[in-house]
Amino acid sequence: MKKIRIIARLDIKDDYVVKGRQLEGVRRIGDPNELALKYYNDGIDEIIYVDNVASLYGRNSLGDVVYKTTENIFIPVTVGGGIRSVQDVREMLSKGADKVAINTAAIKDESLITSVAEAFGAQCMVLSIQAKKKADNSWEALYDNGREHSGKDVVEWAKRGQELGAGEILLTSVDHDGMMNGMDLDLIKAVNEAVTIPVIACGGARDADDIYAAEQIGVSAVALGSILHYNKAMVSDIKSQLSAKGGNVRLI
Amino acid sequence: MITIIDYGLSNLLSIKRAVSLYEKDVIISDNPEDLFKADKIILPGVGAFVYGMNRMEQLGLAEVIREQCTNGKPLLGICLGMQMLLDSSEEGGKHDGLGLIHGQVVSIPAVDMDGIQQDVPHIGWGQLDVTAQKLEKSLFSRCNKIGEAYFVHSYEAKVDDGKDLVATTCYGGRNVAAVIQRENVAGCQFHPEKSGAFGLSLIESFIKDF
Repeated sequence: MKKIRIIARLDIKDDYVVKGRQLEGVRRIGDPNELALKYYNDGIDEIIYVDNVASLYGRNSLGDVVYKTTENIFIPVTVGGGIRSVQDVREMLSKGADKVAINTAAIKDESLITSVAEAFGAQCMVLSIQAKKKADNSWEALYDNGREHSGKDVVEWAKRGQELGAGEILLTSVDHDGMMNGMDLDLIKAVNEAVTIPVIACGGARDADDIYAAEQIGVSAVALGSILHYNKAMVSDIKSQLSAKGGNVRLI
Repeated sequence: MITIIDYGLSNLLSIKRAVSLYEKDVIISDNPEDLFKADKIILPGVGAFVYGMNRMEQLGLAEVIREQCTNGKPLLGICLGMQMLLDSSEEGGKHDGLGLIHGQVVSIPAVDMDGIQQDVPHIGWGQLDVTAQKLEKSLFSRCNKIGEAYFVHSYEAKVDDGKDLVATTCYGGRNVAAVIQRENVAGCQFHPEKSGAFGLSLIESFIKDF
């Protein structure tokens, strides 16, 4: 059986890890390097850093955070937020990132996906999709950290992303994000079935049961935010509970 | 001195940092001279086989590696670096590799053992299963226990001689080559520099005991 990856998602603003709800409002949680190291030592599989306000300020300021974090942790690190060009990607990789997550810039110019994949390999190019449920039960892709509506159907956009060369999809449910009320399983299923590249599901996971449900759908990874940052559960506890249920996950 | 080869295809910071934990005299270079001077060589890589081999041939590195390694210099290939150790790859059409370990690189099948579609690239952690008998030089000499490693690949190595297959991992119900080795030349399909403490112990083994 395929192993599911458990990934910690840390949203950063002004050098602090922050957490919002449904992409609005932020609360400071702590220092990115300390939190990343804590999760690493406790067995997290990967780290994703997202610069929340990057597209607002027109730049990603996570280079220094990534450089420092990757001095001490030796697992994959993905960086997202305000990455707009191949040069931006090169800059992040040179600071120690393994992958980049791109949303806004890809929606504005989809050829960026192909350019990044060609320059650095598909495995480096994670298409980040923020999915908001519509009245007709489909989902629309938002951008600019949830401020703008693209008019793109999420499932179609995910397929297009794969066609263009993305190696992974980071799929965040806007409605479930930060609510600690379970994940949007319909969304996860729809996108996971539409593509053959790995999907990382994000938004709403509150315990091992939620992660197990996502694992049953066959998704490659689940990204956790609130549940970790608010100290509701330790990585090692979540993983051992998941394993006890029959989930297949890396244990250290 | 450890030389990490830079042929333009990978982010080398993580590898250098990992190696530096065990050996301070480590350089990143694309100069064949630095391969002559090195005690051990690390050949990293992510991306396309064809591009990687072309760059290595253009820089004069391929020839030096073949010569130095045939004469006993320890080399560790990582990910694409491991795949390039073989005779050829079918990625983007058939292309020659370094030919240091005999075998071919083929694509990971689109379906698993039960015929169900599986994710390609294979991205994720896999438990290693060590199959080789006692080796004089071993990448596991400093490992407390055989753990899980981080894989990212769309192609896999198939070695001709079963003795060259040191460890496998299971993906889609099939065994995938995880570590291959012929005497002083070894390769990891996974990224030891991204595989936590277990991965670091393999790097330590290579630096201290190979």
